[in-house]
Amino acid sequence: MLTIERTLEAAETPAPQAVRKKKRNTRPAWEEPPTIAGETAKGITLGVVLLVMLVPLWIIVVTSLSTQGAVNRAGGLVIWPDGLTLEAYRVMLGDTTVRTALLVSLGITAVGTLVSMAVSVMCAYGLSRSRSFAHRFLLTLLILTMFVNGGLIPTFLVVTGLGGYGQWWSLILPSAISVFNILILRSFYSSTSADLIEAARIDGAGDWRILWSIVLPTSRAVTAVMALFYGVGYWNSFFNVMLYMPTDSEKWPLQYVLYTYVNRGNGMPGSVNAGFGTALSQTAPLSLQMAVVVLTLVPLLIVYPFVQKHFRTGVLTGAIKG
Amino acid sequence: MTTATPTRPDRGTRPARQNWRVRLRRDRSLILMTLPAVVLLLVFNYVPLFGLVTAFQEYDPLAGIWYSTWAGLDQFQRLFGDALFWNAVRNTLYLSFVQLILFFPVPIALALLLNSVLSQRVRNFIQSVVYLPHFFSWVLAITIFQQMLGGAGALNHFLRNNDIGTWDVMTNPDTFALLVSAQVIWKEAGWGIIVFLAALAAINTDLYEAAAADGAGRWRRLWHITLPGLRGVIVLMLVLRLGNALTVGFEQFLIQRDAVGYDTADVLDTFSFYYGIATGDYSYGAAAGLFKSVISLLLIWGANKLAHAFGEDGLYRR
Repeated sequence: MLTIERTLEAAETPAPQAVRKKKRNTRPAWEEPPTIAGETAKGITLGVVLLVMLVPLWIIVVTSLSTQGAVNRAGGLVIWPDGLTLEAYRVMLGDTTVRTALLVSLGITAVGTLVSMAVSVMCAYGLSRSRSFAHRFLLTLLILTMFVNGGLIPTFLVVTGLGGYGQWWSLILPSAISVFNILILRSFYSSTSADLIEAARIDGAGDWRILWSIVLPTSRAVTAVMALFYGVGYWNSFFNVMLYMPTDSEKWPLQYVLYTYVNRGNGMPGSVNAGFGTALSQTAPLSLQMAVVVLTLVPLLIVYPFVQKHFRTGVLTGAIKG
Repeated sequence: MTTATPTRPDRGTRPARQNWRVRLRRDRSLILMTLPAVVLLLVFNYVPLFGLVTAFQEYDPLAGIWYSTWAGLDQFQRLFGDALFWNAVRNTLYLSFVQLILFFPVPIALALLLNSVLSQRVRNFIQSVVYLPHFFSWVLAITIFQQMLGGAGALNHFLRNNDIGTWDVMTNPDTFALLVSAQVIWKEAGWGIIVFLAALAAINTDLYEAAAADGAGRWRRLWHITLPGLRGVIVLMLVLRLGNALTVGFEQFLIQRDAVGYDTADVLDTFSFYYGIATGDYSYGAAAGLFKSVISLLLIWGANKLAHAFGEDGLYRR
C-alpha cells in the first residue's frame, strides 16, 4: 500500500487527543505562561501573513469598483474607496467576449465536474470492496499512471489524433480523472460501515444500489471536497485551451481571456474596437481589467465557504498532490 | 487454514477461494463501475506511452505514427548538443533548488505557529484565508503579482511617488528565482500546512505534559517531541519534492517566460512545449519529454532509497 494511502487512513479518524484539544480552548496547566515578546512576535507574523493574502484581493476589488476619477487620482490601483461605481461590471457583462467566456467557463466546469465525479465515484467504489475480482490488477493499473506517463507531446498527439483539436471534449476528457482523488474516495468508501452494506445486501440491494443509497450519503463531506477539487481544476483550465483551441477566441474560457487581456495587454478578442468600444471610454480600463479578475474569483468565493469546513475531515492529501 | 484467519465482515458474501468465473459473475457490476475510468486511463495515459516512439522518429503529422521515418537516437543526439536544452536543464535544477530551500520550511513553520494559537476561531479563520490562493489559477495568481509588483503595479507606484526609483520585479531575470519562489509560497504554502497540522494533531499530548513535568522548556519540547513527531511527514514531503525535482510548475513559467526571457525562465516542460508543439517539431519535444520522465523516475527511486536509509517509509515501503 502506498504511504499516501496509509497517511490518509490515519487522518480519517482524528486522534482522540485532537478531539479533546478542540474542546479545551485554554492553555494546559503544565505549560509555562506565555512571554509578552513571544506573543507579540507570533501576532505580528500571523498578521503579516494574513495581510499578504488579503491586501492584494482588497486592492483589486476596490479598483474594480472605482470610477475613472478615483483611478486617475490614485494614479493606478485604488487602495482606499473613493468614488465607487458598478460601471466596470456593467460594461464587462455587456461585452460579448466576456459573456461568452463566462458561459464557456461555467459550462466546462459543470459538465466536467459531473463527468469526473461520476467516473471517479464509480471507479472508487468498484475498487473498494475487498477481495473483488481483479481489483489488485485494476488498482495497479491506476497507480502506475502516477509514476509513468507519456508526457506532453504524445498526449497531445493522441488527443489531436482522435480529432480533439478545437473540440470541447479535449478540455475535459484527457484530464477528467485524477487517480489521486480516486484513491482518496476509495479509502473513504473502504471504511464505510461493513455492517450497513451487509444489511443492505441481505435485503437484496445490488452494488449500484449500495453505492447510491448507502455509500454516497454516508460520505458527503469527501464527495463535496472532491467535487470542489475537480470543479476548480476545470474553472482554472488554461493550458489545455492553449493546446487545443488557441485560435478559436469564441471558445475561450474566462482564464484564457484574462490571460490575453490582462497579462498580455491585448485588446479584448472579438470586440469591434480592440478595447471596449468608443462609448465605453468613461470606464477606466484598469477598473475593467480588475473586474475581469474579480469575475474569475467570484464563483470560487461563493463555493469555498461551503466546502472549506470539510477540509478538516481528512483531505490532507491535496497538499501531497500539489 | 482459511478458518483460522480472522474474517473481515465483508467477506461473508465475498469468500476468498472460488472459481474465477464465479467471482467474475458475482463482481460484474463492480468491474463495470471501474470501466469508464479504465478506458479513460488507457486512452489518455497508456496509449501516449506508446506514443513515446515518436521520440525515436522523424515524426510527420501527415504520415502519422505508423509511417513516419525511423530516426533512432538522432533526436537525442541533437538534444544533447543543443545549448538551449542544457539551458533549460540548468534553469530547472536551479529553480527547483531555490524553491526547495525557500519554500519547503515555510509550511512547517506556519503549521507550528498556527498550532500554538489557542483560539479555535482564530485558527479556523487563518486557515480559510491561507488555503484560498491554492485554488487560484496561475493566470490569476500571476495577474495579482503583476498588479502588485509589476512596472505599473502598486509597489512601483508607491516607489515613484516617494522618489525612490522603480524596481520592476516581474521582468528582472536576476531576481526571477526569488520571484517564482515568492509566488509559490504565496499560492501554496498555506495549503501545504494541512499535512503538518494533521501530523501535529496526532502527537500524544501526554508526552508534552510529561516533558514539562521533567523540566523541559518550550524549545526543548519543540526539539525533542514536536519535530520527531513530524519527521515521517517531513521525509515524505521531501521525497516527493526530490522526486519531482524536474517539475517546477509549468503554467507559472509558460505565462512568464516571455516577460523574463527564455535565458532564465525556460524550464524542461516549457522547452518541450516550445520546441515540440509550438514549432511543430514533435519528435524533438517528445525526446526532451522522455529524457525528463526517465530522469524523474530515477529521482523518485533514489529519493525513496534515501528515505529508507533514514528509516522512514518514503513513498512506498521497502
